[in-house]
Amino acid sequence: MTLRKIRVLVGKPGLDGHDRGAKTVASALRDYGMEVIYTGLHQTPEAIAEIAAQEDVDVVGLSILSGAHMALFPRVRAELVKRGMGHVLLTGGGIIPQDDMQALESGGYAKLFGPGTPTEAIAKWIQGEMEKRWKAEGAQS
Amino acid sequence: MAAAETLAARIERGDRTALARLISWAENADPRFAAELAALWPKVGRAWRIGVTGPPGAGKSTLVNELARVERTHERTVGICAVDPSSPFTGGALLGDRIRMDDRTLDPGVYIRSMASRGSHGGLARAAASACDVLDAFGFGTILLETVGVGQAEYDVLDAADTVVVVLCPGAGDGIQAMKAGLLEVADVLVVNKSDLPGAERLMNDLTDAASGLGAARTKKRVEQVRHSVSEQLAERLWGPEGLRGRVESELARGVSPHAIAAALLEEITHGLTRPAEVRG
Repeated sequence: MTLRKIRVLVGKPGLDGHDRGAKTVASALRDYGMEVIYTGLHQTPEAIAEIAAQEDVDVVGLSILSGAHMALFPRVRAELVKRGMGHVLLTGGGIIPQDDMQALESGGYAKLFGPGTPTEAIAKWIQGEMEKRWKAEGAQS
Repeated sequence: MAAAETLAARIERGDRTALARLISWAENADPRFAAELAALWPKVGRAWRIGVTGPPGAGKSTLVNELARVERTHERTVGICAVDPSSPFTGGALLGDRIRMDDRTLDPGVYIRSMASRGSHGGLARAAASACDVLDAFGFGTILLETVGVGQAEYDVLDAADTVVVVLCPGAGDGIQAMKAGLLEVADVLVVNKSDLPGAERLMNDLTDAASGLGAARTKKRVEQVRHSVSEQLAERLWGPEGLRGRVESELARGVSPHAIAAALLEEITHGLTRPAEVRG
């Protein structure tokens, strides 16, 4: 499986219209050797999950600057599960208060990243998580 | 969990997650792919494959989106494979074609897959043709295959598609550009996009002049394509998992000469061709 690449969907759910951050992260992950699909603005949770399923991505990263993160993360996850994509590494970032971040992380969502995070830290974290998962898969089969 | 059902079996009952996974296997050169495709092979060959190529920014994705919309109004289902370039330095890619196809995302009759070129230089990814086979087997009536933005000499799409659409826009050179060998020759359909821009009429005229007289060479190439495709797939199918290997081995063990076995097989196969053909739907 030497040709396997990490495939990431960068999603912008909801009405928030600012995607400089999402584009910056998408470019950084590309420069880290990942294959990145960007959804464009104003996606519904349903559309993001559908794209994730069609593209068979390993990771979904949500960029949320609107304050709706506590509603959107669970909805995206539910839509992913509905499509048999519950295994996807669901992560994200944006303007998310520390308390909410902790609540989401302890609620079983993957690590979230706030403003000022070096892009390389995000890339390295994703890479590390995927290496662990692929190793576990390899051990199974 | 019950014993794992094969991806091929899941695809046959319309499972789109399995479809997506099998395309990933093709991309990753996963050793399990060949057997799955072999199982699906009887269902391949019913779709019409349209390749869309042209320079970056010419409007390929937008045209693909529109073609998909039109196909849907005729109640045909559409599978789309859109290729974007991988970085030669990092191997990473930003796959942005489906942003132009946003309004097709939730249409259950459309499936869109973005694919990185992963080091291929002919305008497609190595796995693009296999992905089209899988989409075909899934049952999509029309397959739209979009290349990376190309220059003058990337024409893998000619072998991968039944119809090739080359999208151009005005402002990219004079009549001599249109006369050069390469990309323009592979076109079944030439599209002058952004035709509200100055120079569109000129481009139309140049292309009309250049495109006359390309037919004979194209037909020859298409015949060659069928021949090549048949010989490759024939060998593949005959020697596949439930194929002839076992029979040949046992005949060899009985002391039959390789020549005699080959002659007998050829006789059987060509005899099969003269039976009334099963007409495909």
